[in-house]
Amino acid sequence: MSAVVQTKTTENVNITIDGQKAQVRAGISIAASMMEAGINIFRHSPVSGAPRAPFCMMGICFDCLVTVDGVENQQACQLKVRDGMVIERQLSGPDTSHNSGGRL
Amino acid sequence: MNKQYEIVIIGTGPAGMAASEVASKAGARILVLDEQERPGGQIYRGIETSPSVPGRDLDQSMANGRSLIKQFQGLNVDYIPDATVWLVSDKREIGYSREGVSHLMQADQVIIATGAQERPVPVPGWTRPGVMTVGAAQILLKDDGMAMKNAVFAGTGPLLYAAAHQYVNAGIPVKAVLDLTPWKNYLRALPFLPKALPRFSKIVEGWLMKQQISRSRAQYIKGVSEIEIVGEHTATGIRYRCRDRWDQIDAQHILLHSGVIPNINISRAAGCETVWDKSQLCWRVSTDRWCRTSVPGIFVAGDGADIGGAISAEQYGRLAALEAARHLGHISTVQRDIRSRSPRSTLNKELSVRLFLETLFKPPARFRLPRDKQTIVCRCEEITAGEIEKIVDLGCKGPNQVKSYSRCGMGPCQGRFCGPTVSELIAGQLKKPVNTVGYYRLRPPLKPLLLNELITLQNGTDLEKRIK
Repeated sequence: MSAVVQTKTTENVNITIDGQKAQVRAGISIAASMMEAGINIFRHSPVSGAPRAPFCMMGICFDCLVTVDGVENQQACQLKVRDGMVIERQLSGPDTSHNSGGRL
Repeated sequence: MNKQYEIVIIGTGPAGMAASEVASKAGARILVLDEQERPGGQIYRGIETSPSVPGRDLDQSMANGRSLIKQFQGLNVDYIPDATVWLVSDKREIGYSREGVSHLMQADQVIIATGAQERPVPVPGWTRPGVMTVGAAQILLKDDGMAMKNAVFAGTGPLLYAAAHQYVNAGIPVKAVLDLTPWKNYLRALPFLPKALPRFSKIVEGWLMKQQISRSRAQYIKGVSEIEIVGEHTATGIRYRCRDRWDQIDAQHILLHSGVIPNINISRAAGCETVWDKSQLCWRVSTDRWCRTSVPGIFVAGDGADIGGAISAEQYGRLAALEAARHLGHISTVQRDIRSRSPRSTLNKELSVRLFLETLFKPPARFRLPRDKQTIVCRCEEITAGEIEKIVDLGCKGPNQVKSYSRCGMGPCQGRFCGPTVSELIAGQLKKPVNTVGYYRLRPPLKPLLLNELITLQNGTDLEKRIK
């Protein structure tokens, strides 16, 4: 995604996104750091497998879910990056165990 | 149950911070919980930490926010940031999660000050990566010092202009602003203009912003009546209709907005009565002049009850805290009434402009209720407008039945981004008032929790015993 950086904090932290090392500005959200790293798809929806990315940035839409240090479904917009953080995108097809209820 | 507080305040936006100040100065033992790392809420997000956003310092309301935050930080109160509240019961039991550990407590009085969220904008393609809300773009700018180049802003409402103006002022190239405010709204809003005179400056401010946007390099297109997102996987553009002509603008970033609505999840789950507001087209919490809800001991102050903006929210916070302090015996009724005079007069002045703004920026039906049956309404479970229509045809009478049939509103967002649309769609189809159709029944946990957190709950209450 084409993003411009407005403010520069002097410090950087090292994180890993999908196995790739990245240096990102300290103090920003995981979501912002991933967007700055050029990632435009954060996950695939467990229902249809459609691509998703941050939408509300205030912790209510749950579209930015990622795996952080092995813990699944963490809100990338609500958590700040920390040095050494290991982030994985939740990319996969539809979850077949997902209960679709009485879906028409 | 180890800790019992006289007043628990949820949220540190303008309402929560003002309530904290008043309640603590009245001598009440209070606890303040907030989901963010720092106080300020959405409106005053990161104003201390990102000073280099150009144009921000010129904003007078920001100076007000800074002084509120400074005052809040000087208070002698228990304040827990990064705390996600997932339970408020009608017995005023409160559960919150922090760093993977959950805690339960009991409060005598609860002031819910959880503010607003953006209204859902269910247009074709709104789930695609690259589409965000205008509020999200502002958060990225305020908190992360980050902006999106060549974005298209589309929608209606004061925040649309404010954010686009902020971008333009900061020198960030904006591709276009598509204004979906219907022409008719200007005529309808006109009669409310005289009443808005006490806050006329606000209207002038908005008008000036619009002028600056249209003088910038951004294409400013008025009278847009329909939009849809283009792109196979991620957004690659936006199609729009203006005077019966469809056009397209290529863009990777589309920012949508159609006003803000009260964030009612916590108050509804606590059993507070909510009503459909025909003017604001959203659910709001029924409150009296002291922000008391239908549940004894539970207050909702600020935009979480009824949209009025930051300055109003601050006053509501004060009024709620005064009444809570009176109820607890910290101040007398006379003291409460005297101290409420100043916030009430500010409030009256602030509210004078609301009817004008509400009428002007009332989002048109085709921006709230998808015409295309394939449009996703529930983002989490990917339920379309057509599917909801079919379920209602089968005899479902309200959002809860639709939810049981289809999982609509059952995903992690707990209906926050489909609830108002679903209520209105069902009401429209059944030709019933939205109020009688109702809203989702919400139950704790209000935000997803790890099972492990429930097992290792800190501090017992009756609720914990019930869970065991």
